[in-house]
Amino acid sequence: MSAIIVLTAVSLAQFMLAAAMAIASIRMFRGPRAQDRIIGLDTLYINAMLLLVTFGIGTGRVIYFEAALVIGMLGFVATVALAKFLMRGEVIE
Amino acid sequence: MMHSAADIPLWAAVVVAFFLLVGASLTLIGAIGFLRLPTFYERIHAPTLGTSWGIGGIMLASMIFFSIASSRPVLHEILIGIFVTVTTPVTFMLLARAALHRDRAERNGNVPEKQGSSEEAEPDSVPSA
Repeated sequence: MSAIIVLTAVSLAQFMLAAAMAIASIRMFRGPRAQDRIIGLDTLYINAMLLLVTFGIGTGRVIYFEAALVIGMLGFVATVALAKFLMRGEVIE
Repeated sequence: MMHSAADIPLWAAVVVAFFLLVGASLTLIGAIGFLRLPTFYERIHAPTLGTSWGIGGIMLASMIFFSIASSRPVLHEILIGIFVTVTTPVTFMLLARAALHRDRAERNGNVPEKQGSSEEAEPDSVPSA
């Protein structure tokens, strides 16, 4: 019974997060200016991280947590570098 | 190391499912708002729904699930929660300031003037789009 509840919730959550990723990538491809595309990319990696953690709950393995942590850290660095590029025109001055 | 979802009691399964659905649905609502809001400065608010309670709900669900399934406190998911909570305002402030800088340099839209100086920002070399 508890397995049915958890696995149903995991499937629903994965569906919703995949829909959120699709919406973020629509904005990333369509966004009128560069800053919209960067925020689309930011939302996309946050949602991918949440999807990995949800996948970890569904399969019961702890290894997905580490992948989610790496995605979060690298995504932060990428977004900061892109914002710096928009601001200054170069990343390292 | 694997844990099966059949090992946890019923109340824990209900709590885990509740937090998972809250987190995922708030993330989806944030993404829909991100698609539908008209201007950039309004759009930048929407994804923070996913980075505050989306992250919080799913990390709480994961912590409760693994703590009860392995019958010891498993709290390492809080690392992701703290990290994302700290870094999201930084990235969005940087992006909003960059967008404001670009809009001022191109003199488009009705963005507020720079505080303390009445003249407009000089149009220096800013890459467009």
